[in-house]
Amino acid sequence: MPKDHGIGAPMKRREDVRFLTGRGVYTDDLALHGQAAAVFVRSTVAHGRIKSINPTKAAAMPGVLAIFTGEDFKDVGGNPAGWLINSRDGTPMREPKRPVLAHGKVRHVGDAYAAVIAETLSQAKDAAEQLADDSVIEELPAIVDMKAAVADATNRVHDEIPDNLCFDWGWIEDNRAAVDAAMKAAPHVVTLNLVNNRLVPNAMEPRASIGEYNPGTGDYKLTTTSQNPHLTRLLVAAFVLGIPENKLTVVAPDVGGGFGSKIYHYGEEALVLAAAKKLGRPVRWTAERSESFLTDAHGRDHVTKIELGCTKDGQILAIRTETLANVGAYLSNFSTATPTFLHGTLMAGPYKVPHVYVNVKTVFTNTAPVDAYRGAGRPEATFSLERVIDKMCRELNLDPFEVRRKNLLTPDQFPYTTPVGLVYDTGNYQATLDRAMAMADVAGFDKRAAASKARGKLRGMGLSTWIEACGIAPSHLVGILGSRVGLYDAATVRVNATGNLSVMVGAHSHGQGHETVFAQIVAEKLGVPESSVEIVHGDTSKIPFGMGSYGSRSLAVCGVAVTKAIDKIVAKGKKIAAHMLEASEGDITFEDGKFSVAGTDKAKTFGEIAFSAYVPHNYPLETLEPGLEETAFYDPANFTYPAGAYICEVEVDEGTGKVDVVAFHCADDFGNVMNPMVVEGQVHGGVGQGIGQALCEFTAYDENGQLLTGSYMDYPMPRAEDVPFYNVDYSCQTPCTHNPLGVKGCGEAGAIGSPPAVVNAVIDALHRGGHAHVTHIDMPVSPSRVWQAVNG
Amino acid sequence: MKLSDTRDIKATPGEVWTAILNPEVLKECIPGCESLSGSVAEGYEAVVKQKVGPVSATFTGLVQLSDIVEGKSLKISGEGKGGVAGFAKGGADVSFEPIEGGTRLTYVAEASVGGKIAQLGSRIIDSFAKKLADEFFTRFQEAVEEPEPAEVAGEEGAGPEEQKKGWFKRLLGG
Repeated sequence: MPKDHGIGAPMKRREDVRFLTGRGVYTDDLALHGQAAAVFVRSTVAHGRIKSINPTKAAAMPGVLAIFTGEDFKDVGGNPAGWLINSRDGTPMREPKRPVLAHGKVRHVGDAYAAVIAETLSQAKDAAEQLADDSVIEELPAIVDMKAAVADATNRVHDEIPDNLCFDWGWIEDNRAAVDAAMKAAPHVVTLNLVNNRLVPNAMEPRASIGEYNPGTGDYKLTTTSQNPHLTRLLVAAFVLGIPENKLTVVAPDVGGGFGSKIYHYGEEALVLAAAKKLGRPVRWTAERSESFLTDAHGRDHVTKIELGCTKDGQILAIRTETLANVGAYLSNFSTATPTFLHGTLMAGPYKVPHVYVNVKTVFTNTAPVDAYRGAGRPEATFSLERVIDKMCRELNLDPFEVRRKNLLTPDQFPYTTPVGLVYDTGNYQATLDRAMAMADVAGFDKRAAASKARGKLRGMGLSTWIEACGIAPSHLVGILGSRVGLYDAATVRVNATGNLSVMVGAHSHGQGHETVFAQIVAEKLGVPESSVEIVHGDTSKIPFGMGSYGSRSLAVCGVAVTKAIDKIVAKGKKIAAHMLEASEGDITFEDGKFSVAGTDKAKTFGEIAFSAYVPHNYPLETLEPGLEETAFYDPANFTYPAGAYICEVEVDEGTGKVDVVAFHCADDFGNVMNPMVVEGQVHGGVGQGIGQALCEFTAYDENGQLLTGSYMDYPMPRAEDVPFYNVDYSCQTPCTHNPLGVKGCGEAGAIGSPPAVVNAVIDALHRGGHAHVTHIDMPVSPSRVWQAVNG
Repeated sequence: MKLSDTRDIKATPGEVWTAILNPEVLKECIPGCESLSGSVAEGYEAVVKQKVGPVSATFTGLVQLSDIVEGKSLKISGEGKGGVAGFAKGGADVSFEPIEGGTRLTYVAEASVGGKIAQLGSRIIDSFAKKLADEFFTRFQEAVEEPEPAEVAGEEGAGPEEQKKGWFKRLLGG
């Protein structure tokens, strides 16, 4: 019988009670006494020189309290990039300053160059419009296309960077010659040119920030939509505004989705703090949806050439890629890691490939900054790899299932050191492939295809066997790879005198279900009911430290920190119990919430021990402190490596080019599963986003750098009718070998594994329909693109 | 985006040329123009009200005539800021050649928009620009030509339209 509580139980999410009844409290819900409103003046041109900003008229308008321009922040720090990447020749990447407000030049449509603070939002908007009118910005030619950006040395996003190149990265550079030789010697080489389409993250809640300052204490407080409040505190305090870290509290209350876009620190956060200090009152800003489209860090945007060398029977011998990756106008915090170490290191996939070389040129353009978006680099790697393998199968007339099986690593090969720098600890890729094939009834496909044909549709089946590196990450490893921060996480388990618990966790929950799942883990480990465990997150004044929620790391890193803190609680509890039970500490066992003397019926409940710790009348005070609260930091020894096999079936309407995803089967290995319902939800959401990327979503800038898909009229998000009922399985479990929970992470899997499965299915359908000339269609595989591909 | 068209106007090249240099004519012909002041040499300050899809805005900006080849061709260009709506700019190379019974006007126009108009209205901007250009040159043609008795005025109301048509030519011709 399935468990009804604790680890592995499909507990309903406790946070949904407040979310579904309108009781969530988001940043914009907070109304503070004396609050003023901030509105940003944003560039309407993609590239321009700021000639003058005349605030006279705007400053005199009703309600206006203050006006800020780039000039006000020219002497404070910039918002830094978190990873240092070196080019192939060893030179460090180019890091232009990313100021709070644009100074000198504006570099993308939406780039804020001034801000108006007023009593009311309407007054601030009116004055911002006046200020825009009184600003002279000389439009410069926009740099939009990456190839043109690199080719044209005269037109520069940043005047000091001649070729608009941030870096030219080779991974692993020392292997390049061997990979080239292997490619040359390969009996067959498949080449695929593709675009990984740029995406707007579209969190349901737009970004919002409130700055507060107390002149009496010198304390700042930032309430903000963040996946990562501690990192935001670090960046604002140490890098941008120069506030002592202990004088700044960052609170991220309920946050309505992030998908990566809220990992990063943005200039608006620094502005509201500076304004709050200047005015001595709270200053708030909430993005309008148009601002979200223009200024949230976008995702993907790679242009890639991938080559695969193989034998005629489909044994992969070498893989080589060349990618142009767009970073937009400025370096967002993770933007240099995403196209490199979250991408290049995954280019061997779950396969035995002796030779792999990845080249990434990262390019500045006059577009919004691009950074990690659900999957972050790994979807790009997976898409390139799974598409080129599919192409290989078609060129050599091989069965895609058998080709995967032939190349997948086998369970006896772990731990496996890839040619791109990772060590996969464990896995069973054959098991997930078998499971997916059984779920999808691959053998019955022809019958379904015939039924589709009878309805006038072409049916196709696409496979993707994906792997990712997540649970980021081991600090020692990311340090070698260029990270400027560590990537551990922390938790404090506070047992209250009455025996219930407050657990402060570094990972922020903005839809993932931490409040439920972490409570399940604590309850299981301590033998207490879940209802007695409160999970506290998102407030730097309450929580020891945290490195945020992204990279499918919350459970695998922070969840483990929780268990480490619990281990300390149990160890202390044993000492207390030994004293109370007059036994030796070594004889005390802890099970089902009871401390017992082994081999006797003498026992104390967890509640009795907690009470004793806070009312220490009978307590070893000479050797043990009272109280029962423990903190643990956990830094993993390796990434975790979830993997799986996805099979997608589509129906294509030849007449219109419309693609319908009619079935989607996911067989994933996430290691141990803490809450199957939450895991299913994460996979559903991830696959939904992947289908969105594959079929619908596209971010279009025109040649002048104007964002043409700036609203939901032109940017199609996947809707219920675009996605099928998912068939999700996580029964193939090879527990992670280096964390005590044996978990791997599931948050990004769906978005990583699904896009190539969808596109492979579309190509399959077209080939079965006699359109063998169609070898690739770039995402989104929209009706017009399919129709054009079919009709040449 | 580029647009081009030709129109055959029943007036002499001289009449057409004089008309295009007349700010009153420009004001009447620019769709949504609320005011226009200035001179050929200095350029004209203009206020133009337009609605592009969901975005309604009043644009203020400069209309300039340049590359003037007396009687033959010129370039009309304009750039307007519409506050939070963004901006619009465009230009048209216009040339005139005598034909039997009048003058052939040829234009090649270019337009671009930025800011909110681009974000919200990009799907309709091409057809919108074409409509604006059409409207401008239709009004121009009407202003210069004699009114045709059979012609029924458009949707903007018969009375004033009827009076407008040909007013410029009457003015010139006395």
